[in-house]
Amino acid sequence: MWCSWPGAAIGLEVLERYGCRMVDGLGLTLTLVALSFSLGLAFGLGLAVLRLRAPRAVALPLAGYMTFFRGTPLLCQLFLIYYGLGAFRPFWQEVNLWWFFRDPLYCCLFAFVLNTAAYQAEIFRGAIASLPAGQAEAARALGMRPFAIFLKVELPQAMIVALRPLGNELIIMIKASSLASLVTLYDLMGATKLAFARSFDLSIYVVAALVYLLMVEIIRRVWDWAEGRLTQHLAIRV
Amino acid sequence: MDTYLALLSFGPHGWGDELLAGAGVTISIALATLPFGLALGLLVALGRRSGSMVLRGLSTLYTTIFRGVPELLTLYIIYFGFQVLAQKAWKGLGFAGNLEISPFVAGMVALGVVLAAFSAEVWLGALNAIQKGQREAASALGLTKFQAFRLVVLPQLLRIALPGLGNNWMVLLKETSLVSVITLQDTMFIATRANVVTKEPFLFFGIACLIYLFFSMVSARGIGVLETRMNRGYSRAGV
Repeated sequence: MWCSWPGAAIGLEVLERYGCRMVDGLGLTLTLVALSFSLGLAFGLGLAVLRLRAPRAVALPLAGYMTFFRGTPLLCQLFLIYYGLGAFRPFWQEVNLWWFFRDPLYCCLFAFVLNTAAYQAEIFRGAIASLPAGQAEAARALGMRPFAIFLKVELPQAMIVALRPLGNELIIMIKASSLASLVTLYDLMGATKLAFARSFDLSIYVVAALVYLLMVEIIRRVWDWAEGRLTQHLAIRV
Repeated sequence: MDTYLALLSFGPHGWGDELLAGAGVTISIALATLPFGLALGLLVALGRRSGSMVLRGLSTLYTTIFRGVPELLTLYIIYFGFQVLAQKAWKGLGFAGNLEISPFVAGMVALGVVLAAFSAEVWLGALNAIQKGQREAASALGLTKFQAFRLVVLPQLLRIALPGLGNNWMVLLKETSLVSVITLQDTMFIATRANVVTKEPFLFFGIACLIYLFFSMVSARGIGVLETRMNRGYSRAGV
Protein backbone atom coordinates (compact mmCIF):
# COMPACT_ATOMS: atom_id res chain seq x y z
CA MET A 1 0.00 0.00 0.00
CA TRP A 2 1.17 3.47 -0.85
CA CYS A 3 0.49 4.75 2.66
CA SER A 4 3.33 2.64 4.07
CA TRP A 5 5.86 4.17 1.69
CA PRO A 6 6.73 7.32 3.66
CA GLY A 7 7.68 5.19 6.65
CA ALA A 8 9.72 2.85 4.48
CA ALA A 9 11.39 5.76 2.73
CA ILE A 10 12.69 7.35 5.93
CA GLY A 11 13.31 3.98 7.55
CA LEU A 12 10.85 4.47 10.40
CA GLU A 13 9.40 1.05 11.08
CA VAL A 14 6.49 2.22 13.21
CA LEU A 15 5.36 4.65 10.49
CA GLU A 16 5.69 1.97 7.84
CA ARG A 17 3.53 -0.40 9.82
CA TYR A 18 0.89 2.11 10.96
CA GLY A 19 1.09 4.57 8.04
CA CYS A 20 -2.22 3.41 6.59
CA ARG A 21 -4.00 3.81 9.91
CA MET A 22 -2.53 7.27 10.25
CA VAL A 23 -3.79 8.23 6.78
CA ASP A 24 -7.27 6.94 7.65
CA GLY A 25 -7.05 8.88 10.90
CA LEU A 26 -6.07 12.01 9.04
CA GLY A 27 -9.12 11.53 6.84
CA LEU A 28 -11.38 11.35 9.88
CA THR A 29 -9.72 14.41 11.42
CA LEU A 30 -10.26 16.42 8.22
CA THR A 31 -13.88 15.24 7.97
CA LEU A 32 -14.59 16.14 11.58
CA VAL A 33 -13.02 19.58 11.25
CA ALA A 34 -14.62 20.40 7.89
CA LEU A 35 -18.11 19.34 8.98
CA SER A 36 -18.07 20.92 12.41
CA PHE A 37 -16.47 24.15 11.25
CA SER A 38 -18.91 24.69 8.36
CA LEU A 39 -21.98 23.74 10.40
CA GLY A 40 -20.68 25.93 13.20
CA LEU A 41 -20.29 28.78 10.73
CA ALA A 42 -23.94 28.57 9.67
CA PHE A 43 -25.26 28.23 13.23
CA GLY A 44 -22.85 30.83 14.54
CA LEU A 45 -23.97 33.45 12.03
CA GLY A 46 -27.62 32.76 12.79
CA LEU A 47 -26.98 32.92 16.52
CA ALA A 48 -25.09 36.20 16.24
CA VAL A 49 -27.93 37.84 14.31
CA LEU A 50 -30.52 36.52 16.77
CA ARG A 51 -28.51 37.78 19.72
CA LEU A 52 -28.26 41.24 18.21
CA ARG A 53 -31.73 41.59 16.71
CA ALA A 54 -34.12 39.19 18.46
CA PRO A 55 -36.22 40.19 21.49
CA ARG A 56 -34.70 39.68 24.93
CA ALA A 57 -36.68 36.52 25.60
CA VAL A 58 -34.80 34.84 22.74
CA ALA A 59 -31.47 36.63 23.05
CA LEU A 60 -30.99 35.92 26.75
CA PRO A 61 -31.07 32.10 26.59
CA LEU A 62 -28.76 32.29 23.59
CA ALA A 63 -26.34 34.39 25.62
CA GLY A 64 -26.52 31.71 28.32
CA TYR A 65 -25.72 29.00 25.77
CA MET A 66 -22.74 30.97 24.51
CA THR A 67 -21.42 31.62 28.01
CA PHE A 68 -21.70 27.95 28.90
CA PHE A 69 -19.95 26.64 25.80
CA ARG A 70 -17.24 29.29 25.87
CA GLY A 71 -16.69 28.99 29.61
CA THR A 72 -16.24 25.23 29.91
CA PRO A 73 -13.63 22.88 28.40
CA LEU A 74 -14.53 21.11 25.16
CA LEU A 75 -13.46 17.83 26.77
CA CYS A 76 -16.10 18.27 29.47
CA GLN A 77 -18.76 19.13 26.89
CA LEU A 78 -17.82 16.10 24.83
CA PHE A 79 -18.11 13.75 27.81
CA LEU A 80 -21.36 15.42 28.91
CA ILE A 81 -22.84 14.71 25.49
CA TYR A 82 -21.34 11.29 24.75
CA TYR A 83 -21.58 9.72 28.20
CA GLY A 84 -24.15 12.04 29.79
CA LEU A 85 -26.82 12.19 27.09
CA GLY A 86 -26.05 8.62 26.09
CA ALA A 87 -27.18 7.52 29.55
CA PHE A 88 -30.80 8.42 28.74
CA ARG A 89 -31.06 5.47 26.40
CA PRO A 90 -34.78 4.60 26.94
CA PHE A 91 -35.74 8.18 26.17
CA TRP A 92 -33.69 8.33 22.95
CA GLN A 93 -35.10 4.98 21.87
CA GLU A 94 -38.58 6.35 22.48
CA VAL A 95 -37.99 9.34 20.21
CA ASN A 96 -35.98 7.29 17.69
CA LEU A 97 -32.75 9.19 18.22
CA TRP A 98 -30.74 6.42 19.83
CA TRP A 99 -28.80 5.80 16.60
CA PHE A 100 -27.44 9.34 17.00
CA PHE A 101 -26.43 9.35 20.67
CA ARG A 102 -25.11 5.80 20.53
CA ASP A 103 -22.49 6.71 17.95
CA PRO A 104 -19.31 8.40 19.23
CA LEU A 105 -18.79 10.02 15.81
CA TYR A 106 -22.16 11.79 15.86
CA CYS A 107 -21.74 12.78 19.50
CA CYS A 108 -18.31 14.16 18.74
CA LEU A 109 -19.62 16.15 15.78
CA PHE A 110 -22.53 17.39 17.90
CA ALA A 111 -20.21 18.58 20.69
CA PHE A 112 -17.76 20.21 18.24
CA VAL A 113 -20.55 22.02 16.37
CA LEU A 114 -22.15 23.32 19.57
CA ASN A 115 -18.74 24.47 20.81
CA THR A 116 -17.47 26.14 17.67
CA ALA A 117 -20.88 27.68 16.90
CA ALA A 118 -20.72 29.47 20.27
CA TYR A 119 -17.24 30.85 19.51
CA GLN A 120 -18.09 31.77 15.93
CA ALA A 121 -21.29 33.48 17.06
CA GLU A 122 -19.21 35.65 19.37
CA ILE A 123 -16.85 36.47 16.47
CA PHE A 124 -19.74 37.46 14.19
CA ARG A 125 -21.49 39.38 16.95
CA GLY A 126 -18.38 41.44 17.55
CA ALA A 127 -17.84 41.96 13.82
CA ILE A 128 -21.40 43.09 13.13
CA ALA A 129 -21.45 45.31 16.21
CA SER A 130 -18.18 46.93 15.14
CA LEU A 131 -19.72 48.41 11.97
CA PRO A 132 -20.54 52.10 12.21
CA ALA A 133 -24.28 52.76 12.60
CA GLY A 134 -24.14 55.15 9.65
CA GLN A 135 -23.78 52.22 7.25
CA ALA A 136 -27.22 50.78 8.01
CA GLU A 137 -28.73 54.27 8.27
CA ALA A 138 -27.43 55.25 4.83
CA ALA A 139 -28.78 52.02 3.35
CA ARG A 140 -32.16 52.68 4.96
CA ALA A 141 -32.15 56.21 3.55
CA LEU A 142 -31.65 54.66 0.12
CA GLY A 143 -34.84 52.69 0.68
CA MET A 144 -33.27 49.25 1.21
CA ARG A 145 -35.21 46.65 3.16
CA PRO A 146 -33.77 45.35 6.47
CA PHE A 147 -32.89 41.95 5.00
CA ALA A 148 -31.18 43.51 1.99
CA ILE A 149 -29.31 45.90 4.30
CA PHE A 150 -28.01 42.97 6.29
CA LEU A 151 -27.11 40.85 3.27
CA LYS A 152 -25.59 43.50 1.03
CA VAL A 153 -24.25 46.15 3.37
CA GLU A 154 -23.54 44.72 6.82
CA LEU A 155 -22.58 41.10 6.14
CA PRO A 156 -19.83 41.73 3.55
CA GLN A 157 -18.12 44.22 5.81
CA ALA A 158 -18.58 42.10 8.92
CA MET A 159 -17.09 39.08 7.15
CA ILE A 160 -13.86 40.99 6.52
CA VAL A 161 -13.59 41.91 10.20
CA ALA A 162 -14.39 38.32 11.15
CA LEU A 163 -11.97 36.73 8.70
CA ARG A 164 -8.88 36.66 10.91
CA PRO A 165 -10.59 35.40 14.09
CA LEU A 166 -12.42 32.78 12.02
CA GLY A 167 -9.07 31.52 10.75
CA ASN A 168 -7.85 31.26 14.33
CA GLU A 169 -11.01 29.38 15.26
CA LEU A 170 -10.42 26.92 12.40
CA ILE A 171 -6.89 26.30 13.67
CA ILE A 172 -8.22 25.79 17.20
CA MET A 173 -10.75 23.33 15.76
CA ILE A 174 -8.02 21.30 14.02
CA LYS A 175 -6.14 21.00 17.29
CA ALA A 176 -9.27 20.37 19.36
CA SER A 177 -10.39 17.59 17.02
CA SER A 178 -7.68 15.45 18.66
CA LEU A 179 -10.08 15.10 21.60
CA ALA A 180 -12.11 12.72 19.42
CA SER A 181 -9.48 10.12 20.29
CA LEU A 182 -10.76 10.18 23.88
CA VAL A 183 -14.20 8.89 22.90
CA THR A 184 -12.88 5.78 21.11
CA LEU A 185 -12.55 7.39 17.66
CA TYR A 186 -9.50 6.73 15.52
CA ASP A 187 -8.75 10.17 14.17
CA LEU A 188 -5.13 11.15 13.52
CA MET A 189 -4.53 11.37 17.28
CA GLY A 190 -6.35 8.10 17.94
CA ALA A 191 -4.35 6.26 15.28
CA THR A 192 -1.14 7.71 16.71
CA LYS A 193 -2.04 6.58 20.22
CA LEU A 194 -2.76 3.11 18.94
CA ALA A 195 0.56 2.98 17.11
CA PHE A 196 2.39 4.14 20.24
CA ALA A 197 0.58 1.71 22.51
CA ARG A 198 1.66 -1.18 20.27
CA SER A 199 5.20 -0.07 19.45
CA PHE A 200 6.28 2.15 22.37
CA ASP A 201 8.10 4.23 19.77
CA LEU A 202 7.78 7.89 20.71
CA SER A 203 8.77 9.05 17.22
CA ILE A 204 5.24 8.33 15.99
CA TYR A 205 4.03 11.19 18.20
CA VAL A 206 6.57 13.47 16.57
CA VAL A 207 5.30 12.41 13.12
CA ALA A 208 1.74 13.24 14.18
CA ALA A 209 2.89 16.59 15.55
CA LEU A 210 4.48 17.39 12.18
CA VAL A 211 1.27 16.49 10.34
CA TYR A 212 -0.80 18.75 12.59
CA LEU A 213 1.78 21.49 12.20
CA LEU A 214 1.60 21.16 8.43
CA MET A 215 -2.20 21.47 8.44
CA VAL A 216 -2.08 24.55 10.65
CA GLU A 217 0.62 26.13 8.52
CA ILE A 218 -1.37 25.53 5.31
CA ILE A 219 -4.47 27.14 6.86
CA ARG A 220 -2.38 30.08 8.03
CA ARG A 221 -0.91 30.64 4.56
CA VAL A 222 -4.27 30.30 2.82
CA TRP A 223 -5.81 32.74 5.27
CA ASP A 224 -3.03 35.30 4.82
CA TRP A 225 -3.47 35.04 1.07
CA ALA A 226 -7.27 35.31 1.26
CA GLU A 227 -7.08 38.28 3.58
CA GLY A 228 -4.69 40.03 1.22
CA ARG A 229 -7.04 39.42 -1.70
CA LEU A 230 -10.23 40.40 0.11
CA THR A 231 -8.90 43.59 1.64
CA GLN A 232 -7.19 44.90 -1.49
CA HIS A 233 -9.68 47.77 -1.72
CA LEU A 234 -8.90 48.79 1.88
CA ALA A 235 -5.12 48.77 1.53
CA ILE A 236 -3.41 52.13 1.64
CA ARG A 237 -1.94 52.80 -1.77
CA VAL A 238 1.39 54.54 -1.65
CA MET B 1 -33.60 14.11 43.82
CA ASP B 2 -32.57 12.76 47.23
CA THR B 3 -30.30 10.21 45.59
CA TYR B 4 -28.60 12.98 43.64
CA LEU B 5 -28.05 14.99 46.82
CA ALA B 6 -26.66 11.87 48.52
CA LEU B 7 -24.27 11.36 45.56
CA LEU B 8 -23.02 14.90 45.97
CA SER B 9 -22.78 14.87 49.76
CA PHE B 10 -19.53 15.23 51.63
CA GLY B 11 -19.60 11.85 53.33
CA PRO B 12 -17.85 8.56 52.57
CA HIS B 13 -20.65 7.71 50.08
CA GLY B 14 -20.93 11.11 48.45
CA TRP B 15 -18.64 12.63 45.86
CA GLY B 16 -18.85 16.20 47.15
CA ASP B 17 -15.49 16.20 48.92
CA GLU B 18 -13.75 14.42 46.01
CA LEU B 19 -15.14 16.91 43.51
CA LEU B 20 -14.00 19.77 45.70
CA ALA B 21 -10.52 18.27 45.90
CA GLY B 22 -10.55 17.87 42.11
CA ALA B 23 -11.51 21.51 41.68
CA GLY B 24 -8.61 22.35 43.98
CA VAL B 25 -6.20 20.39 41.77
CA THR B 26 -7.59 22.13 38.66
CA ILE B 27 -7.00 25.58 40.08
CA SER B 28 -3.61 24.59 41.57
CA ILE B 29 -2.21 23.35 38.28
CA ALA B 30 -3.51 26.42 36.47
CA LEU B 31 -1.97 28.74 39.07
CA ALA B 32 1.30 26.77 39.13
CA THR B 33 1.56 26.92 35.33
CA LEU B 34 0.81 30.62 35.03
CA PRO B 35 4.05 32.24 36.30
CA PHE B 36 6.24 29.67 34.54
CA GLY B 37 4.37 30.01 31.23
CA LEU B 38 4.19 33.80 31.31
CA ALA B 39 7.87 34.22 32.20
CA LEU B 40 8.95 31.82 29.44
CA GLY B 41 6.58 33.60 27.06
CA LEU B 42 8.17 36.97 27.85
CA LEU B 43 11.62 35.50 27.22
CA VAL B 44 10.47 34.09 23.87
CA ALA B 45 8.95 37.47 22.95
CA LEU B 46 12.23 39.21 23.81
CA GLY B 47 13.97 36.58 21.68
CA ARG B 48 11.71 37.44 18.76
CA ARG B 49 12.89 41.06 19.00
CA SER B 50 16.55 40.33 19.62
CA GLY B 51 19.31 41.42 17.27
CA SER B 52 20.68 37.93 16.82
CA MET B 53 19.22 36.10 13.86
CA VAL B 54 19.69 32.70 15.53
CA LEU B 55 17.71 33.78 18.59
CA ARG B 56 14.98 35.29 16.44
CA GLY B 57 14.73 32.14 14.35
CA LEU B 58 14.63 29.87 17.38
CA SER B 59 11.91 31.82 19.14
CA THR B 60 9.81 32.01 15.97
CA LEU B 61 10.21 28.26 15.56
CA TYR B 62 9.19 27.78 19.19
CA THR B 63 5.93 29.73 18.87
CA THR B 64 5.12 28.12 15.51
CA ILE B 65 5.52 24.62 16.93
CA PHE B 66 3.70 24.98 20.21
CA ARG B 67 0.85 27.02 18.77
CA GLY B 68 0.34 24.51 15.96
CA VAL B 69 0.52 21.16 17.73
CA PRO B 70 -2.60 20.01 19.63
CA GLU B 71 -2.21 20.49 23.38
CA LEU B 72 -3.17 16.86 23.94
CA LEU B 73 -0.28 15.73 21.73
CA THR B 74 2.19 18.06 23.47
CA LEU B 75 1.04 16.63 26.78
CA TYR B 76 1.58 13.03 25.61
CA ILE B 77 4.99 13.79 24.11
CA ILE B 78 6.19 15.51 27.27
CA TYR B 79 4.68 12.97 29.65
CA PHE B 80 5.91 9.86 27.83
CA GLY B 81 9.10 11.55 26.64
CA PHE B 82 9.98 12.52 30.21
CA GLN B 83 9.20 9.01 31.31
CA VAL B 84 11.56 7.48 28.75
CA LEU B 85 14.35 10.00 29.38
CA ALA B 86 14.08 9.73 33.16
CA GLN B 87 14.05 5.95 32.92
CA LYS B 88 17.22 5.98 30.83
CA ALA B 89 18.94 8.43 33.18
CA TRP B 90 17.84 6.37 36.18
CA LYS B 91 19.19 3.15 34.69
CA GLY B 92 22.28 5.00 33.46
CA LEU B 93 23.07 6.05 37.01
CA GLY B 94 22.94 2.42 37.97
CA PHE B 95 19.76 2.48 40.05
CA ALA B 96 17.31 -0.39 39.99
CA GLY B 97 13.54 -0.19 39.73
CA ASN B 98 11.29 2.31 38.01
CA LEU B 99 11.23 6.07 38.28
CA GLU B 100 7.77 7.60 38.11
CA ILE B 101 7.27 11.05 36.64
CA SER B 102 4.67 13.05 38.52
CA PRO B 103 1.71 13.81 36.25
CA PHE B 104 1.45 17.20 37.95
CA VAL B 105 4.94 18.19 36.86
CA ALA B 106 4.48 16.78 33.34
CA GLY B 107 1.12 18.56 33.05
CA MET B 108 2.58 21.79 34.34
CA VAL B 109 5.48 21.69 31.89
CA ALA B 110 3.24 20.81 28.92
CA LEU B 111 0.63 23.46 29.69
CA GLY B 112 3.43 25.91 30.50
CA VAL B 113 5.29 25.58 27.18
CA VAL B 114 2.01 25.99 25.30
CA LEU B 115 1.02 29.00 27.41
CA ALA B 116 4.47 30.47 26.75
CA ALA B 117 3.97 30.18 22.99
CA PHE B 118 0.58 31.90 23.07
CA SER B 119 1.52 34.54 25.63
CA ALA B 120 4.69 35.35 23.66
CA GLU B 121 2.42 36.74 20.92
CA VAL B 122 0.66 38.93 23.48
CA TRP B 123 3.93 40.10 25.05
CA LEU B 124 5.31 40.83 21.59
CA GLY B 125 2.32 42.99 20.70
CA ALA B 126 2.67 44.89 23.97
CA LEU B 127 6.44 45.34 23.51
CA ASN B 128 5.83 46.76 20.05
CA ALA B 129 3.23 49.15 21.47
CA ILE B 130 5.81 50.89 23.63
CA GLN B 131 7.44 53.63 21.62
CA LYS B 132 11.11 53.52 20.83
CA GLY B 133 11.47 57.04 22.28
CA GLN B 134 10.88 55.68 25.78
CA ARG B 135 13.88 53.37 25.57
CA GLU B 136 15.94 56.16 24.04
CA ALA B 137 14.91 58.53 26.83
CA ALA B 138 15.82 55.90 29.41
CA SER B 139 19.26 55.42 27.91
CA ALA B 140 19.70 59.20 27.72
CA LEU B 141 19.05 59.28 31.47
CA GLY B 142 21.91 56.82 31.89
CA LEU B 143 19.83 53.72 32.66
CA THR B 144 21.36 50.44 31.60
CA LYS B 145 19.40 48.25 29.18
CA PHE B 146 18.21 46.00 31.99
CA GLN B 147 17.23 48.96 34.19
CA ALA B 148 15.31 50.51 31.32
CA PHE B 149 13.44 47.26 30.83
CA ARG B 150 12.67 46.78 34.52
CA LEU B 151 11.80 50.36 35.43
CA VAL B 152 10.38 51.82 32.23
CA VAL B 153 9.14 49.08 29.93
CA LEU B 154 7.87 46.39 32.31
CA PRO B 155 5.37 48.47 34.31
CA GLN B 156 3.71 49.67 31.11
CA LEU B 157 3.96 46.26 29.50
CA LEU B 158 1.70 44.61 32.07
CA ARG B 159 -1.02 47.18 31.55
CA ILE B 160 -0.98 46.83 27.77
CA ALA B 161 -0.68 43.05 27.78
CA LEU B 162 -3.33 42.40 30.42
CA PRO B 163 -6.38 41.87 28.17
CA GLY B 164 -4.44 39.37 26.04
CA LEU B 165 -2.92 37.64 29.04
CA GLY B 166 -6.38 37.45 30.60
CA ASN B 167 -7.49 35.57 27.49
CA ASN B 168 -4.49 33.24 27.82
CA TRP B 169 -5.50 32.51 31.41
CA MET B 170 -9.07 31.62 30.41
CA VAL B 171 -7.76 29.23 27.74
CA LEU B 172 -5.29 27.71 30.21
CA LEU B 173 -8.02 27.14 32.77
CA LYS B 174 -10.02 25.09 30.27
CA GLU B 175 -6.96 23.27 28.96
CA THR B 176 -6.13 21.95 32.41
CA SER B 177 -8.97 19.46 31.86
CA LEU B 178 -6.56 17.57 29.54
CA VAL B 179 -4.26 16.56 32.40
CA SER B 180 -6.94 14.09 33.50
CA VAL B 181 -5.74 11.83 30.66
CA ILE B 182 -2.32 11.48 32.32
CA THR B 183 -4.10 10.47 35.55
CA LEU B 184 -3.77 13.73 37.45
CA GLN B 185 -6.80 13.77 39.75
CA ASP B 186 -8.37 17.05 38.63
CA THR B 187 -12.08 17.87 38.25
CA MET B 188 -12.42 15.92 35.00
CA PHE B 189 -10.64 12.86 36.42
CA ILE B 190 -12.88 12.76 39.50
CA ALA B 191 -16.01 13.19 37.35
CA THR B 192 -14.89 10.29 35.14
CA ARG B 193 -14.25 8.08 38.16
CA ALA B 194 -17.55 9.05 39.78
CA ASN B 195 -19.27 8.11 36.54
CA VAL B 196 -17.59 4.69 36.49
CA VAL B 197 -18.70 3.99 40.07
CA THR B 198 -22.21 5.49 40.11
CA LYS B 199 -23.27 5.33 36.42
CA GLU B 200 -24.54 8.90 36.61
CA PRO B 201 -22.56 10.53 33.80
CA PHE B 202 -24.93 13.42 33.14
CA LEU B 203 -24.89 14.50 36.77
CA PHE B 204 -21.12 14.33 37.23
CA PHE B 205 -19.98 15.74 33.90
CA GLY B 206 -22.64 18.42 34.32
CA ILE B 207 -21.23 19.32 37.74
CA ALA B 208 -17.69 19.28 36.30
CA CYS B 209 -18.78 21.72 33.57
CA LEU B 210 -20.35 23.98 36.19
CA ILE B 211 -17.12 23.94 38.22
CA TYR B 212 -15.15 25.12 35.17
CA LEU B 213 -17.86 27.65 34.37
CA PHE B 214 -17.61 29.00 37.90
CA PHE B 215 -13.82 29.40 37.60
CA SER B 216 -14.22 31.08 34.19
CA MET B 217 -16.79 33.56 35.44
CA VAL B 218 -14.83 34.42 38.57
CA SER B 219 -11.71 34.89 36.42
CA ALA B 220 -13.54 37.14 33.98
CA ARG B 221 -14.65 39.32 36.89
CA GLY B 222 -11.19 39.31 38.42
CA ILE B 223 -9.52 40.27 35.13
CA GLY B 224 -12.06 43.07 34.70
CA VAL B 225 -11.26 44.46 38.15
CA LEU B 226 -7.52 44.19 37.47
CA GLU B 227 -7.89 46.02 34.17
CA THR B 228 -9.78 48.88 35.80
CA ARG B 229 -7.11 49.07 38.49
CA MET B 230 -4.23 49.11 36.03
CA ASN B 231 -5.90 51.67 33.81
CA ARG B 232 -6.61 54.15 36.58
CA GLY B 233 -4.84 57.33 35.67
CA TYR B 234 -5.49 56.72 31.99
CA SER B 235 -8.66 58.45 30.86
CA ARG B 236 -10.16 56.72 27.89
CA ALA B 237 -10.26 58.80 24.75
CA GLY B 238 -13.67 60.17 23.89
CA VAL B 239 -15.14 59.73 27.37
